[in-house]
Amino acid sequence: METTELTVHRLNPLVDPGLHVWGWEIPVYLFLGGLVAGLMILSGYLLLTGRHRRPAGAFHRLPGLAIALLSLGMLALFLDLEHKLYVWRLYTTFQIASPMSWGAWILLLVYPALAASFLISRQSRRMERPGLVRRVGLLNLGLGLLLGIYTGVLLSALGARPLWNSALLGPLFLVSGLSSAAALVHLMARDREERDLFAKADNLFLGTELALVVLFVLGLLSATEAHVQAVRLLLGGPYTAVFWVFVVGLGIVVPLIVQPPAVRHRIRHTPVAPLLVLAGGLALRFVIVQAGQMSHWR
Amino acid sequence: MARYGMVIDTARCVGCMDCVVACKTENGVPDGHCRDWITEEARGAWPTVRLELRSERCNHCDRPPCVTCCPTGASHVEEELGRIVLVAHDQCIGCKACLASCPYDARFIHPEGYADKCTFCAHRVAKGLEPACVAVCPARCMHFGDLDDPLGEVSRLLESRRNHALLPAAGTGPRIFFLT
Amino acid sequence: MTTLSRRRFLQISTGAAGLAAAGCFQGPQVPEWLGPAPAAADEIRTTPTYCDVCFWKCGALATTRNGRLWKIEGNPRDPLSRGRLCPRGTGGVGAHFDRTRLTAPLIRRQSRGAEEWAEVTWGEALDHIARGMQAIRQQYGPEAMALFSHGIGGNFLKHTFKAFGTPNLAAPSYAQCRGPRDVGFTLTFGDEVGTPERTDIRNARCLVLIGSHLGENMHNSQVQDFAEAVGNGASIIVVDPRFSVAAGKAHWYLPIKPGTDLALLLAWMHVLVEEGLYDKEYVAAHGFGFEAFAAELAPWTPEWAWPATGIEPETIRATAREMARHRPATLVHPGRHATWYGDDTQRSRAVALLNALLGSWGRKGGFYAPASVDVPAYPYPPYPTPARGKVDNPGHRYPFADGALTTGIRAATLTGEPYPVKGWMVYATNLLQALPAPEETIRAIRNLDLLVVVDVIPSEIAGWADVVLPESVYLERWDDLNTEGFREPFVSLRQPVVEPPGGQKPNWWIARELALRLGLGAWYPWKTVEEYLDHRLQAAGYSLAELREKGVITGPPQPLYFEEGVPAEFPTPSGKIEFWSPQLARAGFDPVPRFKAPEEPPAGAFRLLFGRSPVHTFSRTQTNPVLASVQDENEVWVNAAVARRQGWEQGAYVRLRNQDGVVSNRVKVRATERIRPDCVYMVHGFGHTAKGLPPAFRKGASDNLLVSRYAVDPLMGGTGMNVNFVTLEAEA
Repeated sequence: METTELTVHRLNPLVDPGLHVWGWEIPVYLFLGGLVAGLMILSGYLLLTGRHRRPAGAFHRLPGLAIALLSLGMLALFLDLEHKLYVWRLYTTFQIASPMSWGAWILLLVYPALAASFLISRQSRRMERPGLVRRVGLLNLGLGLLLGIYTGVLLSALGARPLWNSALLGPLFLVSGLSSAAALVHLMARDREERDLFAKADNLFLGTELALVVLFVLGLLSATEAHVQAVRLLLGGPYTAVFWVFVVGLGIVVPLIVQPPAVRHRIRHTPVAPLLVLAGGLALRFVIVQAGQMSHWR
Repeated sequence: MARYGMVIDTARCVGCMDCVVACKTENGVPDGHCRDWITEEARGAWPTVRLELRSERCNHCDRPPCVTCCPTGASHVEEELGRIVLVAHDQCIGCKACLASCPYDARFIHPEGYADKCTFCAHRVAKGLEPACVAVCPARCMHFGDLDDPLGEVSRLLESRRNHALLPAAGTGPRIFFLT
Repeated sequence: MTTLSRRRFLQISTGAAGLAAAGCFQGPQVPEWLGPAPAAADEIRTTPTYCDVCFWKCGALATTRNGRLWKIEGNPRDPLSRGRLCPRGTGGVGAHFDRTRLTAPLIRRQSRGAEEWAEVTWGEALDHIARGMQAIRQQYGPEAMALFSHGIGGNFLKHTFKAFGTPNLAAPSYAQCRGPRDVGFTLTFGDEVGTPERTDIRNARCLVLIGSHLGENMHNSQVQDFAEAVGNGASIIVVDPRFSVAAGKAHWYLPIKPGTDLALLLAWMHVLVEEGLYDKEYVAAHGFGFEAFAAELAPWTPEWAWPATGIEPETIRATAREMARHRPATLVHPGRHATWYGDDTQRSRAVALLNALLGSWGRKGGFYAPASVDVPAYPYPPYPTPARGKVDNPGHRYPFADGALTTGIRAATLTGEPYPVKGWMVYATNLLQALPAPEETIRAIRNLDLLVVVDVIPSEIAGWADVVLPESVYLERWDDLNTEGFREPFVSLRQPVVEPPGGQKPNWWIARELALRLGLGAWYPWKTVEEYLDHRLQAAGYSLAELREKGVITGPPQPLYFEEGVPAEFPTPSGKIEFWSPQLARAGFDPVPRFKAPEEPPAGAFRLLFGRSPVHTFSRTQTNPVLASVQDENEVWVNAAVARRQGWEQGAYVRLRNQDGVVSNRVKVRATERIRPDCVYMVHGFGHTAKGLPPAFRKGASDNLLVSRYAVDPLMGGTGMNVNFVTLEAEA
C-alpha cells in the first residue's frame, strides 16, 4: 500500500492539529437545551391533558426550573463566544439557512412561552381560561419540539464533520432531551401516579433513543468513506469506551433494565435510573461534540 | 458577475512560503496564525517518491457552508467583488460555527475575537491588483482571475492542464485549482 | 555611564524578549507592524532600496504606512528580483521590528565569557577600539588585526582596515562555501562561477542539480529561473541523498550515496567520451589536453561507479545521454556551498569539465558572460603596503587559494604562526555558527587582545566580544552601491526607509569614525556617505537623485554568449579550457580528478548533512518575528524505516551525538521517505545558545556544533563539513 506523507505547515489555534473550537460550553448548552425542550414538551402535555392542576403534581415546579436551566444553558453559550460584545448581532437579522440563527430566535420565543407556563403554574386566576391554557400548552409543545430538534440540526448541518452528518441527529437529541426531562420529572415527582407515568414515558423515550442510536451508527457505516472513518471513532476509536459504556450502557440500557420493573411495581423506584439517564444525556452531547470535531474529510 | 478563483501550478511551486510571508505582512496576520499555508504531499517509498507542493488557503467556495451556517450574516459572499467570501468583523459574534463548517479548516479566530481567513486580498482586488500571495510568488505559479471568463487566464489554464481541487467530495465547490 | 550588570542586561533583554514572547510567540496578538487599520487618509510612501536579508541584494520597494514600515516588495526595475522578493526579503520588515536587536554599544567589564557588559556611548566604544587597535599595531604590527565580514556592508570596514595596513581580510563565503567551486572552475575555464552565479538556468533545456536544493535554497533569481525552466519543460536531473523539492520536479532522481558525486561525474564523462556524445567542435576549438584527459577517464565506467554511488549503470548512461541530447543548453549546476568532503575543488573541477564536454560554458542555457555597469571606485590615496603578507595561507600551503581563508586566520590566531594575530573585528557574520569546529574559534578568541563584533542582534559571536557595536538594519541605512555582474548591467542603491529604533549606526559611519580615530582621515575625504555615492555616480554619468527615485538603473544590454559576440577567451595558462591541467600536475595534484571513497559511518551512525530553508538565512533570521512565525525550529530528517526500527516517532524530540561525543540541543524528528537510510539532514542556523536571543534560544539544533571535524581541501584550504557522523538518542 502506498504511503502518503502529508505535512501541513499550519498551526492555527483551535484548528490544528485537530479542530477543537467547542469545549464544555456547547455540550452543556446542548444538554440543557435538550432538557428544557423535553420539559416544555412534557409541560405542554400536562397542560393539554389538564394534569397541570394536580395538587402534588410536578407541573408547578417545571416552568421555573426550565427557565433557570435554560438561562444556565444560554450563559454557557454566551461564554463560548469569542466576540461577546457583538452578541446582539444575533437579533438584528434572521438567517434562514443557519440553524444557529433559528436557535437564537427560538430561544428568544421560548422565554415568553415558559413565562406563560410559569404564570399558569402559579395558579393565577387570570390564566385559568381553558382556551388560553390550551394555547400555552401547544406553544410549549411546539417550541419544545423545535428546540429539541434544532440542537441536533445545528450539528448535522455542519457537513464538514462527517460524524454529525446524519439526519437522525436532530431526532436523537430531541428524544434524548425528552428522556432526560422525563427522568428529571420522575426524580422530582412527589405524586406516585405521576412518578409511574414519567418513568413509563422515560422507558418509551429510552427505547426510541436506543433505536435511533443504532440507526445513526448504521447510517454512517453505509455512507461514504469519510463517514465510515468518522463512526469508527465510536467503533474501536478513542471514543468507543465512553460512548458504549457511559452513553449507551449506563445512560440507556441499564435504566431500561431497571425502570420497567419499577413501573410494574416489582421493585421500588430509586433515583439510580433517572440519574443515570441524566448523566447519559450529558455524556451523549460531550461525546458527539468532541468526536465530531475529530472527524474530517481529509 | 465575476467569480474569482485561483489556479496554482504545483509543478512550478517550490513550497518556499513566500505566499505565507507576503500575506502576513500585507494583511497584518497575527503571530501564531496564518491565512495561507504550504502543504507537502509525498507519496511512495524511498527512493521512489512523488511530491506535490500546494499553497492552500480558503477556497472561496461556490456553495460556502461557512456562509450558510453563520447566524448573523457576518460571513457573506461579496457579490459585487467576484463572489469573494468575506467576514464582516463587526457582525461576527465568534460562535465558531464557520470554523466547524469548513472542510478545509481554513478559518481561525483572530485574537480580537472574530472569525478570520484569506480574503483574496479584497482590498487589493478592488483596486485592480492581484492578491499579495499571487503578486509575490517567485515561481510565478499562482494565477488569480474570473473563472467565468472563458478567455481569461485561469479558465485557459484549467482547460489546458490536468488539475484538481481539494476535497471535492465535501461538495462545497471550491474555487482554487491545482495544476499537476 | 550606566553599568549594565549581566543580570540586568539579561533582565532587560529577557524582559523585552519576554514581552515579545508574550506578545508574539506565546499568546497571539495583533503584530505591532500592523499599526492602526488602514484608512483612506493613510499616508503611503514607497522607497526603493536593496535587500540585505541575504547577500543576493535584490532590489526592493519598501512601503511605510503613516511612517511605520508596512511591507516590502520587489522592485520591477531590478534584474535580480524582477519585481518579486523571496520569503526572507518579503519578511524583511521583521528585521526592523526584531525585539532582540542590539540598541547601544557595549563594552565588557569582566573577563571574556563572564558576559558582564556596560552600555557606553559611541564615542567611548570607538575610542576603546581605536586604542586597542593602535596598541596591537605598536606591539605586533597592523597585520595583527584581522577583519571577518559578510555582505556588502563590509566594504567600508574593509577600506578602513586596508588603510590601517592589514592584508588579513576574509569572508566565510570563501573557505566555508563557494571557494572550492570557484577554484575548480578557474582551473578549468580560467574564470570563476561568481556571485551571483552566471548560470543560465532559465534557458537550460536540461538542468542537472548535484546536491543543489533550489527552492529550499532560496537564491531568488535562480529559483525564479528554475521555475521558468520547469515550466518550459526542461529535463531535470537531480542527484541528492535527500529527495529535495528540486527532486520532486526531476525526471531523473539519483539517490546517490553521500560523498560519491565525483565517481558519478567521472562515469558520466566516461560515457560522453566513449559514446562520442560530447561537443566535439567546441572541445576541438577551445580545449587543451583532451586526449590525456580522455585516457584518464578510461577506467571510470558506469559499472565501476555503481558500487560506490549506488546508482545503476543504465541510469548513469541514460542520464549522460539525456544531457548530451540537449547540449549545449545543458547546465550541470555547480552549486554554491561546495565545502563537503575535502576533495571539493576536484569535484567542482569535474563539474566544470562535464560542462566543458557539453559545451555549455559561454553558451545559451549554460553559463553566460556577466556584465556590470562601470562605476569608478572613489579616488582614495593608495593603501599602505603591509610589511608582511597574509597570514591565512603561510608558504602557499594551499597553492590554488585565490581568496583569504577565514579558517587560516583562525589557525594563525591559535598558533601564533606565521605571526600572531591579536585583534579581530567581525562584521555581520556569526563566526560561531559559520566556521566549523566552533571550539577552535573560542580557543582562538582567547588568544586575542581585542575582539570587536558589529552586528544587529546579540549573536553567539557577539557574546564573546570585548566591544559590541549595534548596526542599523538595511532598511534604516545607506550602503555602498551594488554593481555586481549579472545578465544585464545595473547599479542599485540602498537608502534609508525608516529611522533606526535606537542608537544603532550604519557600517559606513562606524568605519569612518574608527578611521578618523586611527589617524586615517586621508582615506575618508567625504563626510557623509551621500557625498561618496554622489561622487561615484557622477563619475559614471548617473545622478544620485535619479537612483534614489528608481532604486535601480540598468545599463545597455550586453552580449551574454559566444554566439552573441562574447569573446571565447579562457584566462588559463594555456589560454584554453584545461581538460588536463599542467599546473595541477606540477603542484603534485591530480591533473584530472580522481575519486577516493569517503569514510563509512560507524555502525549505527548516520552521516550528518545540512542545508537551507527558504524562510531563513544562516543563523541571522531566527529572531525575525515574521520569519520565525513561519518557521521557528529545524527538524532532523530521518529515513522513515530507520525511524520505525529505532522507535523514533514523528515529532519526537531527540538529541544528536557525533563521533567526538558532542551532543546537540533537542531537535524534532521528521520521519520521512524522502532521505536515504544512511544519513540525516537538518537546516543550518538553529540551536541558538545566545542568551540575548530568547525567541530562538534552544530552538532546534545547531548542525555547526556537530561539525567538530572538517576535511581541509588541499588545493585551496576549503573546509569540508559533511564528514561528521551522528547517532540519535532520547531527549532526556
